[in-house]
Amino acid sequence: MSTPVLDVQGLAYAYPDGHQALYGVDLHVHAGERVALLGPNGAGKTTLVLHLNGILTAGAGSVAVSGLPVVKENLQEIRRRVGVVFQDPDDQLFMPTVRDDVAFGPSNLGMRGAALQQRVMEALDKVGMADFADRPPHHLSFGQRRRVAVATVLAMEPEILVLDEPSSNLDPASRRELAEILRSLDVTVLMVTHDLPYAFELCPRSVVLSDGVIVTDGATYDVLTDDALMSEHRLELPFGFDPRANVNRLPG
Amino acid sequence: MGAGHGHKLHFHGHSPVHRAPAHLKILGLLVFMLVVVATPREWFAVFGVYLALLVGVIALSRVPFGYIGRRMVVEVPFVLFALLMPLVATGPRVDVLGLGLAEAGLLAAWGLLAKGTLGVIASLTLAATTEPRDLLVGLERLRVPAQLVQIIGFMIRYLDVVTDELRRMRVARESRGFQSGGLRSWPVHARTAGALFIRSYERGERVHLAMLSRGYQSSAAPHRKTKGTADQGSGSLR
Repeated sequence: MSTPVLDVQGLAYAYPDGHQALYGVDLHVHAGERVALLGPNGAGKTTLVLHLNGILTAGAGSVAVSGLPVVKENLQEIRRRVGVVFQDPDDQLFMPTVRDDVAFGPSNLGMRGAALQQRVMEALDKVGMADFADRPPHHLSFGQRRRVAVATVLAMEPEILVLDEPSSNLDPASRRELAEILRSLDVTVLMVTHDLPYAFELCPRSVVLSDGVIVTDGATYDVLTDDALMSEHRLELPFGFDPRANVNRLPG
Repeated sequence: MGAGHGHKLHFHGHSPVHRAPAHLKILGLLVFMLVVVATPREWFAVFGVYLALLVGVIALSRVPFGYIGRRMVVEVPFVLFALLMPLVATGPRVDVLGLGLAEAGLLAAWGLLAKGTLGVIASLTLAATTEPRDLLVGLERLRVPAQLVQIIGFMIRYLDVVTDELRRMRVARESRGFQSGGLRSWPVHARTAGALFIRSYERGERVHLAMLSRGYQSSAAPHRKTKGTADQGSGSLR
């Protein structure tokens, strides 16, 4: 097989206060895949995400993105390749206008002038926010801000898009719109979530992180219908949702 | 994330210094500082006595000296300023290691350093031995205006929240390839500060609304407040 876009091997990490969050995580994501990273609160999901672009440094083990190891010398390139969309769009958006904010990433990579503007508008187009380019981010709705946050990362043309709880705090319409956008993108996606229907809808493959290790890696349908596994790792389907009843309704 | 519990300046303990009433400690710090500041800087030996006094109190509180020492880096800007004074002051000069230094400047630098350092050590000792909540109660007992105490309380309550917000913004920035350092990163820092200010301001409004919807009356004249409502005020600020 080709070099995985994301290659995590034996990753372990303990916070400076001694709390160990990861105990040897192995994870491979290949080009074009959409993978859901599931797990209960406190399983170490966010900690794992912060390793993927080198914000945190592995205590043991390694992370590589398309063969490039995540080490200090490569950080700039790694952060271009790995686009992280954080849970709270307000953490990500801090410029006076949407346009400036989307331009922030590519201009850090040295882009200027017309090429930069074009990149910005392309990214905003992909998330359907091109009409809002000159608005201040804090005047947008939450769902719009989340989409702009996705655009700020898409503008860097990442090889893998990492989304931390993309559906949190979205109303059903915004949630569906974001799903359509994510499905339309031609990019590898790792989606961290405990929104299981969303994972089922968007990601053919799921991995479950629990207590700092990957406990399952398989088809999302198989994971969600494995009742013993689900209850063992504090995963629960929302009331009234049954993957068995919805498997035929999955969009292609 | 790995945020620590309790306040960063506080050192948990049960020594007599920890147990002493907060208002007495605040008063003690105030009197001590007034005396230190009023002491003529030529009385070199007296400053030694002050230092010995502080060392005694710290030893009694069983707070490790290193704990206080590490936190003294907050004084560094003052130290730099003090070190500059002998170089820029005018007047008679003395030779120190081949440098012509102004006598008046040397003396002024000594005064600033000695008094500043004593102040920093004393304040850190108070902070290390007193819970923020107790400090607020102490200020209230000293009849500091209730609104002022509330403002300080809010600051303590939300400092960590805002710091955390700033940290998450920094992580999000760096994730998009931003590297801090150099003059060119300043506009980015300025915008971050601006965004943080607006957000903190908005959070303040939300907090205020939440307080109002729970029956808080900010317009009540402070002097008409009963003991009960004052306690409630600081109680909700933990």
